[in-house]
Amino acid sequence: MINNKLIISSSPHVHHKDSTSRIMLDVIIALIPAGIWAIYVFGMRSFTVIAVSIIAAVVAEYVMIRVMKKGSIGDFSAILTGLLIGYNMPTDVPLYVAAIASIFAILVVKWAFGGLGTNIMNPALAGRCFVLFSWTGAMTTWRAPVTNPDIGLDALAGASPLGVLQTSLLDAELPVMGPLELLADYPISNMAASMSEWFTSSFGLIIHPHYFDLFFGNVSGSLGEVSALLLIVGGIYLFIRRVITWEIPMAYIVSFGLFVWIFDGLRFGQGFFSGDVAFHILSGGLLLGALFMATDMVTSPLTPKGQIVFGIGCGFLTFLIRAYGSLPEGVSLAIIIMNILVAMIDRFTGPKLFGFVPKEKKK
Amino acid sequence: MKSLKTFSKGGVHPEDSKELTNKESVKNAAIKSSFIVPMSQHIGAPAECVVNPGDEVKEGMLIGKAAGFISANIHSPVPGVVKEIADVYLASGNKSKAVIIEPSGEFDQSGKTADPVDWSGMTPKELQDKILEMGIVGLGGATFPANVKFTPPADAKVEALVINGVECEPYLTADHRLMLEKTEEIFKGLEILSKILNPDKIYIGIEANKPDAIEKMEKLAAQKGTGIEIVPLKLKYPQGDEKQLLKAVLDKEVPSGKLPLAIGAVVSNVGTVFAIYEAVVFNKPLIERVVTVSGRGIKKPANLKVRIGTKVGDLLEDCGGITDDAVSIVMGGPMMGFSMISLDTPVIKGTSGILVLTKKEMGKSVETACLMCGRCVNACPMGLTPTKLYKMAKRAKYEDAMRFNLMDCKECGCCAFVCPANIPLVQGFRLAKKMANKKAVKS
Ligand code: SF4
Ligand code: SF4
Repeated sequence: MINNKLIISSSPHVHHKDSTSRIMLDVIIALIPAGIWAIYVFGMRSFTVIAVSIIAAVVAEYVMIRVMKKGSIGDFSAILTGLLIGYNMPTDVPLYVAAIASIFAILVVKWAFGGLGTNIMNPALAGRCFVLFSWTGAMTTWRAPVTNPDIGLDALAGASPLGVLQTSLLDAELPVMGPLELLADYPISNMAASMSEWFTSSFGLIIHPHYFDLFFGNVSGSLGEVSALLLIVGGIYLFIRRVITWEIPMAYIVSFGLFVWIFDGLRFGQGFFSGDVAFHILSGGLLLGALFMATDMVTSPLTPKGQIVFGIGCGFLTFLIRAYGSLPEGVSLAIIIMNILVAMIDRFTGPKLFGFVPKEKKK
Repeated sequence: MKSLKTFSKGGVHPEDSKELTNKESVKNAAIKSSFIVPMSQHIGAPAECVVNPGDEVKEGMLIGKAAGFISANIHSPVPGVVKEIADVYLASGNKSKAVIIEPSGEFDQSGKTADPVDWSGMTPKELQDKILEMGIVGLGGATFPANVKFTPPADAKVEALVINGVECEPYLTADHRLMLEKTEEIFKGLEILSKILNPDKIYIGIEANKPDAIEKMEKLAAQKGTGIEIVPLKLKYPQGDEKQLLKAVLDKEVPSGKLPLAIGAVVSNVGTVFAIYEAVVFNKPLIERVVTVSGRGIKKPANLKVRIGTKVGDLLEDCGGITDDAVSIVMGGPMMGFSMISLDTPVIKGTSGILVLTKKEMGKSVETACLMCGRCVNACPMGLTPTKLYKMAKRAKYEDAMRFNLMDCKECGCCAFVCPANIPLVQGFRLAKKMANKKAVKS
């Protein structure tokens, strides 16, 4: 009687409540605050860009699922890829560029080797890089946030702090104090100005208003990357939900910070150990990359050991590209290069087998 | 507070669900219908059946004789008549010859207090023989014949006898109750084992989710004086596995492919110790054991003393029957047990639990492609890379999988438990091992 409704399954018969779709959904949830901020400061156009990116990704995924007869939209992975692509776009990017990035990400990067879990590079990053090199102008023209409208004026035309830093460093007479001196003309939001004043008057702390603008997201930049605060909030959510572990973000951010601190002063004619760590960590796509893209399970190493190596590699390359490359930002490229090295890292950082004496102890 | 010991690499924390039964004292299961007593309930050669249809059997009478060095005697759990000898399927899916007994007549053993035997004059050899005679096997689940395990080679020195009171499988509380209700008896059993093995020291490992058992055992250990140490362990599955237990208690790793004796240790489950006590002191063969009947799909979860050969269906009836949302019946623990198709499957010596699970508590979702998340790698207590092994197994690259230590996999299920992609990793490994062995035999 009851026999026909019994499930015969292989052990284990109980399972942890996590699933692929739950993980993807959690990452999407963690990204929402930063997206809402983008729509607020850069306007409804941001929403359109994000929506187009997602739709393009989902449609491309759907086609591949039909063609290859495997996978499912229900795992939410394509939605996440589309969302991340949207977050890596400037507000006024032509919509077809966003769509092309998504389609390239899904069709070429994700499905070339067989879909979910088989891709070597993070699809969103690879998609972004593809359009960055093809439509560099459109991809590096930013809109000013409503919270700091002066960025949109005359010469600046919505430039991002890292962009301004790179161009002004070219004609600067060294030595200068550091990034903040070169950004002396970069507008400051009212909010940052008053916060900086408040800190000085209440605690005697002198914190440059630029840091507040970077922290809260009152600067120009790609949609999802500007607000350090909201990205950190999302990162903490993922950490609590155990979707990400500390290894990659920590290794990435700490090693990047160390390289900046030790070497970045040299660019400004200063000595070692004088880099502006806070500026570099808060600007550009570093936090978005370290918390949400480098931590992509498919394209990062398997073991904690490997993840630390991976994170340090990302930190090193990001610094190298930012400080010495021809582009102002290096996060995407750094992560992609490290993605390619994951198979090798995995080979050397496998788990220790139980019941085997380590070689050096063997007589 | 001093931090509790545990093993270092891997392991998982499934919801332990022991609260369903850990307050239920052990009750006798009812005798309902015929008994199905398989001849193969242990690791090794099946016992040789020594009865014929129509024979009258007594409670505790030998019906299957150990055939060969690694084998175990089988006794009739009830008085009655042999109805037939038939092939039956065990929960594991293996086929075994079984004696089917219709109970009748008088129970001349159970319920009566026999006079204890004074065993102080018995030699280790005589004790070992008694264990063999009474058909004792390891009751932790591995069902290795106990007399073989407790007959170490003459040149081997047993430094540590480690008693396994971990019961790391979720839901199961049979050993827990045994430690609470039969504490004295277990310690007497330890005296017997001490005489056989002469270990330098005895450790009893118990997980911290059984504080009452730890306390009671500690009290008695203190009274008995030195030589026995209770080791409370931090909760982590699969701590009840021999290798993980030794790592936790002694901080030593049993080398791959070797027995615990390689590091001077012998491990035995508390249930086995109790069975040895009964075998030696009361001449009682292994014809019953404590079984936890639990899960959210059973109406009245309980710990029952069950005669070997009892049909699972009879036990479920004893516990109020199953609920409407029950979807799976498992023999053993949820991590390593077998799901059953027939309610006529018999309880055997290695059956520690019968679980009736609902869909919700099983927590499985749809299988997707592997995300390379590495959770299986970090969960595997043996330091394997399950995702890689599984891919090799799927492509029938069994030799490759062997090179990456497939044979060290003990099917503990940690990897499949954590896998967010819900990949049936253990199933894949089980199959791959079979195929690899077949290939090895052929070539
Ligand atoms: S089942 Fe095998 S591979 Fe999986 S965790 Fe256990 S020992 Fe490791
Ligand atoms: S846990 Fe599952 S999804 Fe993650 S790496 Fe292992 S097999 Fe793949």
